[in-house]
Amino acid sequence: MTSAQKLAERPRTFGYDRAERRLAVRMVAPSLILMFLVAAVPIGYAVWLSLHQYSVRQAGLSRFVGLDNYLDALSSGAWWSAFGQTFTFAAASVSLELVLGTAMALLLNMTFRGRGLLRTLVLLPYAILTVVSAITWQTMFEPTLGLVTTVLRGLGLPGGDIVWLGESGYAMAVIVLADVWKTAPFVALLVLAGLQVIPDEVYEAAELDGSTKWTTFINITLPLLKPAIVLAAIFRTMDALRVFDLPFVLTRGANGTESMSMLAYTELRENRLVGEGSALSILTFLTVMAVSVIYIRFAGGNIRAAAQEKQ
Amino acid sequence: MSTVLEERRAAAKAGPRPRPTRKPLRRGESRLHPLTWMFVLAVMAFSLVPFYWLINTSLKAGESLGAGELFPSQPTLDNYFVVFRNPDFFLALRNSVIIAVVTTAVALVFASFAAYALARLKMKRKALLLTLILSVTTFPAIAIAAPMFSIWREIGLYDTLIGLIIPKLTFALPLAIYTLTSFFREIPKELEESAYIDGASPFLAFRKVILPLAVPGLATTAILVFISVWNEFLLAVTLTTSPESRPVPVAIAFFNGTSEYDQPIGAISAASVLITIPLVILVLVCQKRIVAGMTAGAVKG
Repeated sequence: MTSAQKLAERPRTFGYDRAERRLAVRMVAPSLILMFLVAAVPIGYAVWLSLHQYSVRQAGLSRFVGLDNYLDALSSGAWWSAFGQTFTFAAASVSLELVLGTAMALLLNMTFRGRGLLRTLVLLPYAILTVVSAITWQTMFEPTLGLVTTVLRGLGLPGGDIVWLGESGYAMAVIVLADVWKTAPFVALLVLAGLQVIPDEVYEAAELDGSTKWTTFINITLPLLKPAIVLAAIFRTMDALRVFDLPFVLTRGANGTESMSMLAYTELRENRLVGEGSALSILTFLTVMAVSVIYIRFAGGNIRAAAQEKQ
Repeated sequence: MSTVLEERRAAAKAGPRPRPTRKPLRRGESRLHPLTWMFVLAVMAFSLVPFYWLINTSLKAGESLGAGELFPSQPTLDNYFVVFRNPDFFLALRNSVIIAVVTTAVALVFASFAAYALARLKMKRKALLLTLILSVTTFPAIAIAAPMFSIWREIGLYDTLIGLIIPKLTFALPLAIYTLTSFFREIPKELEESAYIDGASPFLAFRKVILPLAVPGLATTAILVFISVWNEFLLAVTLTTSPESRPVPVAIAFFNGTSEYDQPIGAISAASVLITIPLVILVLVCQKRIVAGMTAGAVKG
């Protein structure tokens, strides 16, 4: 418990306390009402929509179909391939981001000439639009004018003649790369914040005990960084499971890159299937929420363990 | 959930020896192992080369566009003129500015009240509330976009700026509350205590003591919310259809043109470069704030 929290729990007079609680409710209420209106109400309405079938020909004509839209989605290949592709993307991009982000953080925690420049450069991709990140990597992998394809061709290496965004597997690789490029800095900053609160004494003690740099990293730094890394993993996974912009710009969902969000969008906007699209978006919602609950269970235990270790 | 980190940070601050590495001493800089240097250079290249290639592509036109030259032999600004002649580009810029400014302002006003209560005042089920608010930030936008698409088409808000601002608040508000709560927590409690002793009510203490002190935190939160609203794509693409209400990310995504074989990649690159410049300046100027905000919102809380 921090000193500020202790101070906050100092006893005050009873009447004052009640006034304070009332004020707290009044200050939180506007935000809660607004969030209820813009988050809970739409999602509730989406559930309602998903239980109906809407006429494509005549606006406003609909009939109640129960869970049919869900059953159709769950028995379709489209949902499960989008499901699989989304999780493939999330697993690949988040694990790469964690490794690269941690490595970047370790670099940024060292003192050397050019550290400030490195930090600025690393932060740049984070600032740009995801859509621009997609376009940037599109220019990198264009068959004729791309840097990667040109260089591979020039060196006579395989890969130069591949239409990267036109083949499944390769298209996914480009999308993962674009995501890693844009968001590894975010992981790096979180891990760096974790690194900076490890006291120097810990390292000094390890050095006195004759620990090598590598064993110090594995046995001391990494365990102490675990909460920061787990947190970064949660944030990144939640984001990755919602992926939409990158496949939208790079492939429009073709070649094995359609994500859950993209599938729901296509049904809804391009195919005008309101009921089916709503069912798919609710399924996406439930999937992401399920993962977040699992993560919080897991991470909660992790952070509690770290707290007990300290005591 | 990370009181551990907070504690550790407090311990590090209060520790007898401040970290020597925090001081920007030229002399204290250590020599890196050559392999580490190579890694530093690799990271720098990974961050920069794609930018270079985007700019490179934007400066090529006609035959040199397809030639894959590492340096454009005949650099031209033609692509930039194409963008400037396109009225949709400026419409999109206008739309994005309006949407981002209004959303950020509304979110900040609501959030500063909520965050103060959550950071400072006594309240029942506070932890549950914070978890609930944080969980909204993990909602997939499609779950909001799908019903909004139907509602807005019925009541006439489809393809309007206000119809985009309202759902964008869904994600701007929790982000603002979360970030501000961690900033408010950092302000020393003693300042309010002394205001209380002088007879101020908690609300007066909030207005006269906390808010003025929280200006840097408010600014940081505003930057983060602004960037996230500016960047948001799914709601924008679902709820708009005409250039009159499309914001920048959607306009750029649809710059792709009509045929797959005739992509105006040069003009798309030029438009991308143009809208990236202000963001790069923002990041360079506000680097410290952005880093502080990202880590404050995430590591604590």
